[in-house]
Parts: sequence; structure tokens; C-alpha cells
Amino acid sequence: MAAAEFDIPELKDDIEIPKLREGVMAHAKTFPAGQPVQDFMGYPHELGEDWKERAIDKMGDLLGKYRSLKVFMDACVHCGACTDKCHYYLGTSDPKNMPVARQDLMRQVYRRYFTTAGKLFPKLVGAKDLTKDILNDWYSYYYQCSECRRCSVYCPYGIDTAEITMAGREILNHVGMGQKYSNEILSKVHKIGNNLGLPGPALEDTLEGLEEDIEADTGVAVKLPLDVKGAEVLLVTPSADFFSEPHVESLIGYAKVFHAAGISWTLSTHASEAGNFGLFNGNYESMRKVAMRIRDAALELGVKRIVVGECGHAWRVAYSFWNTLTGIGYGGNDPFSIELQKQLDPTYPQPQHICELTNDLIKSGKIKVDPSLNDDLVVTYHDSCNVARASRMGTEPGGQFIIPRELIKSVVNNFHDMADETIGESTFCCGGGGGLLTDDLMEVRVKGAMPRATALNNVVKEHQVNFMAMICAICKAQFTKVLPKYGFNMSMVGGVHQLVSKAIKLD
Amino acid sequence: MGLSTVTMIYAGMFYLATFLLVVGLGYKIFDYSRTPAPLKIPTTPAPTTRQGVTYRMAKEVVLFESLFKANKWIWVFGWMFHFGLLLVLLRHLRYFTEPVWFWVGIVQPFGKYASIMMVIGMAGLLARRFLVDRVRYISTPSDYLMLVLLIAIGLSGMLMTFVVHTDIVALKAFFLGLMYLDVQPLPQDLTLLVHLALVALLMVIFPISKLLHAPGLFFSPTRNQVDNPREHRHVAAWAARLDQKN
Repeated sequence: MAAAEFDIPELKDDIEIPKLREGVMAHAKTFPAGQPVQDFMGYPHELGEDWKERAIDKMGDLLGKYRSLKVFMDACVHCGACTDKCHYYLGTSDPKNMPVARQDLMRQVYRRYFTTAGKLFPKLVGAKDLTKDILNDWYSYYYQCSECRRCSVYCPYGIDTAEITMAGREILNHVGMGQKYSNEILSKVHKIGNNLGLPGPALEDTLEGLEEDIEADTGVAVKLPLDVKGAEVLLVTPSADFFSEPHVESLIGYAKVFHAAGISWTLSTHASEAGNFGLFNGNYESMRKVAMRIRDAALELGVKRIVVGECGHAWRVAYSFWNTLTGIGYGGNDPFSIELQKQLDPTYPQPQHICELTNDLIKSGKIKVDPSLNDDLVVTYHDSCNVARASRMGTEPGGQFIIPRELIKSVVNNFHDMADETIGESTFCCGGGGGLLTDDLMEVRVKGAMPRATALNNVVKEHQVNFMAMICAICKAQFTKVLPKYGFNMSMVGGVHQLVSKAIKLD
Repeated sequence: MGLSTVTMIYAGMFYLATFLLVVGLGYKIFDYSRTPAPLKIPTTPAPTTRQGVTYRMAKEVVLFESLFKANKWIWVFGWMFHFGLLLVLLRHLRYFTEPVWFWVGIVQPFGKYASIMMVIGMAGLLARRFLVDRVRYISTPSDYLMLVLLIAIGLSGMLMTFVVHTDIVALKAFFLGLMYLDVQPLPQDLTLLVHLALVALLMVIFPISKLLHAPGLFFSPTRNQVDNPREHRHVAAWAARLDQKN
């Protein structure tokens, strides 16, 4: 189905704060999940008669389980600090895409049903009964949030709209309004092992094909092993790396790094997916179930290390949540986590990001690179939101900004950062994260990419940048699709290990 | 000596307001602290040690660091208001202590003029609610009224400090009397009665309003968590039960 026509924002010299245009994005509705998917996920597929009770009950349940939600519902003072921080607001000018207004879609209902003031004086405090109109607003606007956390950097109380969006989507799931894209992906990962529904034999074929390509290209027999018991490293990477362009170039890069460093490694059919869409829905158990595949694979294969490929939200889940969800990490004192942790090699961080691994290998001289092989490129780096604001690399705060840049600078000679207020902790989301990377949300995706496209445009004009490196499968897929609408060539988009792959010396 | 009706009403009002403030806020703090934070969600880059988190929190509480990054106008007005309010509150301690603590005496002259800073800050915040379209859009009636209430408290207080003084000795006797359960007569100027009634109202609505941002900040997981998820296993009680099924 073709998406509706819409205007592509014009790129200006600066990212301007637009005047409000109420309701201009109310029509954006992601496709709803059908009955088979909702059934599989254990959710209803349509609003039942008791939808309102179900919604309020679920909200109460989440308020009791997540301190973040409870505190964030109460603490906002409507100061306005976040109002100009969301890329979707900047790109669409719809006021309900301002973080505080997005939160208020839920807060108005919270106040009505869960607070004294809202029960006694609803009009005064902006409290509202839950209606189908409000539910429809939730469905529109909780799927115009990529859960990128940029607003949480600027909020004086650290209110993270992502937490509220996640809760909102979970309540919608529970009343029968699931999203087709995310819930189909979740059911695929549960049934088959990856988000793309790529079965084991197909994966094996793909990897063999890649091995032939690399050998034809370099003359070196670089392997991409699958399900090898006793390998040192289990690499868990987004399934897009197996066949999407430019993702696959980074997969080739990882393989070359392991080969050059002489590290035995393996991929896993069972855990052939780093991505975890459970994160986006605010359902702990669903996220845990997806993450458990990695634990199972690690125990099954007996690996000593777990390394994660280029994927933003996957790295958030891996770095921040895997230890909690599955025991992949250190410091566990319960039988569940000890079972795995005693198997892992304590001399390495667990899990480890592929950039941490490669950067260490280059710095310690264990692999050799020739940056002049990338001299045709002038490179900039897009900090992916989940890596930037929800994870770390290395031992120091901010390592998630330093390590990828160190790595890039060791394999290319020409590097220029984009404007400070658009990178690091202030980075702009690609516009396609958090479950929005679907064609039915193309307008939201294109408009939401405007801030990043503006910052990129400036370094293109000033420094002739012709390559934007990144470490996220969603960012890569989003930018290759969306940047051409702003007049950029899609070949400008690629992974950090795509650069490593070109510069690395194999012998 | 018989006490006037007004004195009795105000005495009762302050006992009730204090009770509601303490119980209401106490309940909220208890409720926040018993609700688990099942996942590590600090907004990164985040400190990797507890001391680091204390430093981060101190910068948020004292300097409004995140707000400073966000918007210099809100920061200037917000910080003037809160810092002014702090000095004003500290100055008011002299009405509740006998003898007056020595450092309250030092704060006293600053506290008097801090009220001006406080009211200017609030006027700036109120102006933004009318003038900035984004802030106007998100403002509810209570957002305006809260500022109006605080400004009215500030102005009525300033009126007594700088223009029509009340019988401050008698006022102090009234509050010390409340504290020692020996109610004394309250001076009955209109300005004072308005000032005190508004303060009592503020105390009552504190635990059921957005003023909960004050305790809320300390419980905000994005600010108060240590960034060490790889090194330490963080599991909430309700989530730990899932591990046992495996």
C-alpha cells in the first residue's frame, strides 16, 4: 500500500523551532496488528466492552511495577524545557509531538484515575476521563516517538518520555490495539530466532555466500562460522547484517577482525538476532523472553565471551539489561546468573560491543589497518540514540562517544564531527527507531529525520563529507531510505565496521 | 485570656495543613521508595559510582544542570525563584526558633531582598506561559494558578517586610505557641491573614500537585542510578521470581 503524499521538509542552515500547528500529524496511524499476531502475543485483537477497565488496570499495574512511570507522572511541572527537543516535533510542528504533550496524553488519564487532585478538580489540573478519542491519540502519538531519550537529557527531573511511550504502547496492546510491525517482529523472533524470519538453513547459505565473496575479493579464506560449540566468542548481531545493504558490509568487517586477530568465534541460529523489540513495548517479560535466547545459545555453545554487533537498541538491551534479564554480565550471586557467569571469561567485559573489541585490538597492535585505503571518504559519525543516552562503552562515562570515534579515526584519515548540539548526548535520532521503521509511518520517519539531515547537510557543505558512519541497523535502514528524499545519496550511509573492513590488513 | 475566633481558625488551619503536608508527603515518599525500578535506565553518560551519582544529583538540585542545558530563560527564572525562595524560607526560621540560630541572623538581610528575586523569577515564568506558544499549549489552569498563588504569597510577604509591618513579636509568639501547643493570639492585619492563609493552602496542595517534583527528583531513576549494569546484577523482587522458573 502506497503511503499518503506529504511535503518533504526543506533543509535550512539551522534547525529551526517551528510554530505550533495543531493536529497536523493526527492522521499518522501505524497499521494495527491482526488477530493471529495478537493471539500469539497473548493480547486481544480488538477493543472489548471492558476496554476502559483493562486500560486503567494495566496502567495501575505498570505504575506499581515501574518507579520511573510513577515518578514521571507526578513530577512534571510543565516548565517547557523539553518542548523543542524532540526531532518529531521539530520535523512535524505538531504540538503533541512535544515530549511533555506526549507525556500529558497519559498524564491527563493518570491524574483522573490515580490522583486526589484529578478526582476532585479534573478541569483545574487537566485531568480527563479515558475515552476512545484519547486512546486514538495514544495510538497516533505513542507511535511517533522513537524512545530516543533526547528529552530526558534536558528535563530538570530526568523525565524520560520513552518510559511513558513504552507504558502507553503496552496498555494499547492490552486493550487490543497492537502495532502490526513490532508485534509481527516479536512473533518472528520467538518462532524462528530473528526479526526477519530467516530460518537456519537460509542463514547458513547466506554465510557461505559471504565467505565466497570475501575470498574472491581479498584472496583470504575468512570464515563466518555458525553454531560452533566451544568457540571463544558468540557474536550476536542484528539479523539485517545478514543480507541488508549496507549492513552486510559491517558483518564482513566483524569477520575480518576476528580472522585477523585469530579469535575463534561463532554466530548462533537460535540467537541470530541482537535486536529486541520487547524493549519498545514496555513489557519486561516479553523483552526477557527475547533476551533469553542469547543466554540459551551461550550456555549451549559454551562460549567464553559474548560480543554484540552494530545495533543501537540492541546494545542498550545488551549493555543495560542483559545482566538483569538473563545474567549475562558479572556480580550475580544467585544460581541462575552464576550458572552462566562462571562460564564467561572475566578478563573481558560481558557483553562487549564490537567497537570496544576492535578498538582494543587496533590500539594494542593485534590487528593492523591502513587508513589510506579509505582516503576516498570524508567521514562523519552519527551517534545512535540508544548507544548515546542509554549505554556505555569502555570504563569511563562517555566512552560510547569516544570509542567509536577513536576507531573511525584509526581507519580513516578524513573525519569531521557534525555540530555539537546534534551529537554526543544531544544526538538526534535517525527518525526510525523504537518500532517506527515501517513504511506505514514513512511521513513520520522522513519528517523526524529533518534535524539529522540538517546537521549532515552542514558538514557536507563545509567539509565535503561523503560518508556518515553509524553503529545501528535501524539507523542504517532508515537513512538509506530517507536521506535520498533530502537529496543525499544512499551510499553515504554505512557502518563503522564497513570502514574497518576496507582498511584492515589480512594475511 | 480568651482567644479570638480568627486566632482559633488560623491555629486549627495550620495544624491541619501541617498534618496534611507531613502525612501526604510522607505517603508519597513511601510510595516512591517501595515501587521498584526493575531496569537500569540512567540517562547516559552517567556516573559509574555512588559518589558520582551524589555529585550528579547535587548539580541537579543546586544548579539545575539539565535545565541549564535545555533553556537559559527557564533556567534563569526558575533558579532565581527557587534560590530566592530558599533564602526567604531560611529567613523565616527566625519566627520559629528562640533563641534565633546565629546563621539565620546572617541570612536575614539577604532573605529580605531575595524575595524580590523570587517574585521576578516567578513573573518571568508566568510571562513565558502566556508568551511562548509551546508553553502556552501545555499549560493547565493549575499551572497558572500555582504561580499566581506563589506570587501572591511573595507579594503579601514583601508588603509586610517593606511597607505595612505587622506585629512581628506577636506573630512569633503565635507560631512558637503552635509548636508548644500553647496557642497565643494572632495579630489581625489583613495582609498577614492573607499571607498565612495562602501559605496554608500551599502546604495542603503540595502533596497532591506538581510540587511533587521536589521529592520526585530524588527518586528519578534516570538521574539517581549508577551506570554499572555489566558489573552488578540489578534485579527487582518481582522480576527475580522469573529467574526461578528457568
